[in-house]
Amino acid sequence: MSVTESSPEAIRLKGQVIGEQSVTGPPQREQLPSRKPDRWYKPKSILGKIVLWIALIFFAILFMYPFVWLLSASLKPRGQVFDNALWPQTIIPENYVEVWNQLPLLNWMFNSIAIALLAAFAVALSSSVVAFGFAYFKFPARNLLFGLVLATMMLPGAVTMLPQYLIWKELGFIGTWVPLWGANLFGSAFYIFLQRQFFLGLPRELFEAARIDGASYWGLFRRIAMPLSIPSFIIVFVFEFQASWNNLQASLIYLNAGTVEGFTAPLGIAYAMTKYSPTAGGQGDYQYVMVASLIITLPMLLIFAFGQRYFIEGVATQGRKG
Amino acid sequence: MTTEVRRDNPAPAPMSRRQKRKAAFRSKYNRREAIAGYLFIAPWIVGFLVFTLGAMVYSLVISFSNYNLATNTATPVGFSNYEQLFEDPKVGLSLTNTLVYALMAVPLECAFALFLAMLLARVGRGAGFFRTVYYLPKMTPTVATASVFLLILNGNSGAINKGLEVIGIQGPQWLVDPAWVKPSIVLMTLWTVSGTMVIFLAALKNVPRDLYEVAALDGAGPVRQFFSITIPMISSALFFNVIVLTIAALQVFDQAYLLFWRDQSNASPESSLFYAVYLFQQAFRQFNFGFAAAMAWLLFMIIMVITFIQMKFGNRFVYYEGGDH
Repeated sequence: MSVTESSPEAIRLKGQVIGEQSVTGPPQREQLPSRKPDRWYKPKSILGKIVLWIALIFFAILFMYPFVWLLSASLKPRGQVFDNALWPQTIIPENYVEVWNQLPLLNWMFNSIAIALLAAFAVALSSSVVAFGFAYFKFPARNLLFGLVLATMMLPGAVTMLPQYLIWKELGFIGTWVPLWGANLFGSAFYIFLQRQFFLGLPRELFEAARIDGASYWGLFRRIAMPLSIPSFIIVFVFEFQASWNNLQASLIYLNAGTVEGFTAPLGIAYAMTKYSPTAGGQGDYQYVMVASLIITLPMLLIFAFGQRYFIEGVATQGRKG
Repeated sequence: MTTEVRRDNPAPAPMSRRQKRKAAFRSKYNRREAIAGYLFIAPWIVGFLVFTLGAMVYSLVISFSNYNLATNTATPVGFSNYEQLFEDPKVGLSLTNTLVYALMAVPLECAFALFLAMLLARVGRGAGFFRTVYYLPKMTPTVATASVFLLILNGNSGAINKGLEVIGIQGPQWLVDPAWVKPSIVLMTLWTVSGTMVIFLAALKNVPRDLYEVAALDGAGPVRQFFSITIPMISSALFFNVIVLTIAALQVFDQAYLLFWRDQSNASPESSLFYAVYLFQQAFRQFNFGFAAAMAWLLFMIIMVITFIQMKFGNRFVYYEGGDH
């Protein structure tokens, strides 16, 4: 068992060294020779370098501009939101205080964080259990069932959206948080795929040895597979956290009829966009929408700051399964 | 694995079919292990039966009935919901809008993402910084993106038109002019294209360097190298991105809803009515569940057909390294 205790670190270390390949299983065959050639792409001439850097900086500015614009607009008085000055003529930091009076932002943030945590934990755990079932055990129809898992990835959400609503309605969960995370208890196709890849990369002897020592099947998962799969667990967790944080449609379907305090962050911002819109009878106080938008973006930036590697790895994995 | 042939071996004593099956099972699987395996995947099986298969069957039933939300009863109405798909002009309109949008968005997204990935692949030091910066929009919640774009796309005072004014171009009324509604959403989508970019970047890094060296020796210029080496070598990533982006584009909802259909009193240009938005309105604003379910099935069929064509067509061009994919 002492092997087990020290292994998570070893794997994580490996993850840092090898980078994106490690999380989804053993390093691939062609990987060793292809590590070096990255620099082939580097332009050779000075002119090429200059053009490259100008292009890189140009697009960086393009991508950052809306953020800077948002930050600046959030500090402006009502009349100047549209003036497009990146440095506000009049700085009103009070916007950041006033927004809490104008909108139940604290409730929205709390609801969204709670739902996202539930959704992410539920799906990471359940997908991990299911993935271990597919990776370790041999049973009839295993490949057929796993093919079915992969097939559900192609299913458009629009088809199941309606009946799922009716199922939750039948169970009396409309207006509660349950429909926004409950289905996550049953695993999710892409995450099952991702975690199965990871488990397949673990040496089987590890499990055989534990079996001989008398570990139960659940023990294999709980004591060995789970601690070792922390990197892929984190990938699933951060992905689902972001997906849940971003999920406007489910909030619209299940929470829109309730009180404004019960909204999630995305539903709240959508509500604020209408509330202040002049066409809907608002005063055009868009600075509050900007402050609120900025505040609900911050948790995502924070999560990205700590888990950037996991996001990039997860996305790259998506491409590799094709 | 070696036991697969055993079935054909002459059995020592005549066995019933049941016994034979049992023997075959025992030679291949460990009973306890198989049961444990099923228990481990049980959560997914339950979820699949209820939330996927069950939901699909349920949705099919609803699409052939008139669903009354108040009483939770579905009265069978035969094909009338499907007939209505052809009678309601908004179905055709929203479908056309969606297809036109997909035709605009998918190629642009792929081209832009590939372009950015190729830029990033050419930097040594500093690549991480730029990748982070390019990825940040992807982390921004769509509502926040939409609330900013709602203002910077404003036709009179928005930042984009002010910027165009500087270089002497009269910008369009992005969010009002029916012809510019879809480009507005494409623009928003392009800003968050970095997920696609990361997939391309991973694929680009796996292209062996010697291919380019050989090509350069043979006198192939950068353009020729791009089309003869880069594109074929990353074709499986390209293929994957096209399929995924198409499926996403055909279901585009959030951006259109936030920019145009959030406010029910607002008269938005009809060219912004996308299929998923109309489906949502029919289901959760009008509560025409039967009709909405029929719409969902039509969308499902269309997505299936398009994906099938893409796969049929794409497989001929995709190069799979070593044949394992």
